[in-house]
Amino acid sequence: MVGITYNHMVARMHSDIDVDRIFHALADATRRDILVHAIQREQSVSTLARRYEMSFAAVQKHVAVLEKADLVTKQRHGREQIVHGNLATLRRATELLEAFEQLWIQRANRIADLLAGEEGNPS
Amino acid sequence: MTVISSTKDAASLTLTVVAEFDAEPARVWQVWEDPRQLERWWGPPTYPATFTRHDFQVGGESRYHMTGPTGDTPRGWWRIEAIDKPHRLDFANGLAGDDGEPAPGVEPMAGYVTFEQTGAGTRMTAVTHFTDPQQMEKMLGMGMQEGMTAAVSQIDEVLVSAAV
Repeated sequence: MVGITYNHMVARMHSDIDVDRIFHALADATRRDILVHAIQREQSVSTLARRYEMSFAAVQKHVAVLEKADLVTKQRHGREQIVHGNLATLRRATELLEAFEQLWIQRANRIADLLAGEEGNPS
Repeated sequence: MTVISSTKDAASLTLTVVAEFDAEPARVWQVWEDPRQLERWWGPPTYPATFTRHDFQVGGESRYHMTGPTGDTPRGWWRIEAIDKPHRLDFANGLAGDDGEPAPGVEPMAGYVTFEQTGAGTRMTAVTHFTDPQQMEKMLGMGMQEGMTAAVSQIDEVLVSAAV
């Protein structure tokens, strides 16, 4: 099953992802926290803002950065703006690192094989 | 378990993989220094690497290509930034164009590798730092992802077998 997930991941990596924006958005602790709460439960910007010791405008700015990176979507409900976390985008960011992680795990295992003289293609 | 830990830091674009080997640091160093041994593990199994140049000293550069299942040959390069045999190796690793030379406008990623003696073995810590997220995608576009998919499928088989 992991293989299927991986193929999906590879397919997604070729799609148009603005990874710069994703990583920029994730580089800030407050934004990461906002994102976690928005993923757990969609909620209004004002509800989110009550969690932090900063102005509503400052929280709104953080939400805007997350929105630009497609990490959250914002919908107007009457007078409220409801923030909804986009888990799929967050996954893309970590998937890139995961792909390199897999490569390095594979390299380490091949070095171990080489050192043990067990490799399949003796030279 | 060869790999004993792995840490991904999305905020700083850094990957740290720690592995332990049953061989002295001097022996593990050889798999990096000797291009013929390096070729046996650098590329994924379906994209074996061929190093046509490997000048393993500070300021020295390497040129390599990988050969994919359909005959495609993505190319890359290294530049050695620091060397302390057999303890530490810092190098830049970037994409090359069809002529094999570094592709303009693509920042290389940085590799910092340390080798520590642990009893009769070696703990190797490989830190990869990406300066540009776009570059991560470009490096993966070298065809490596197919190789990694193949490896993950192999792991799946092992896991399925182990569960039965």
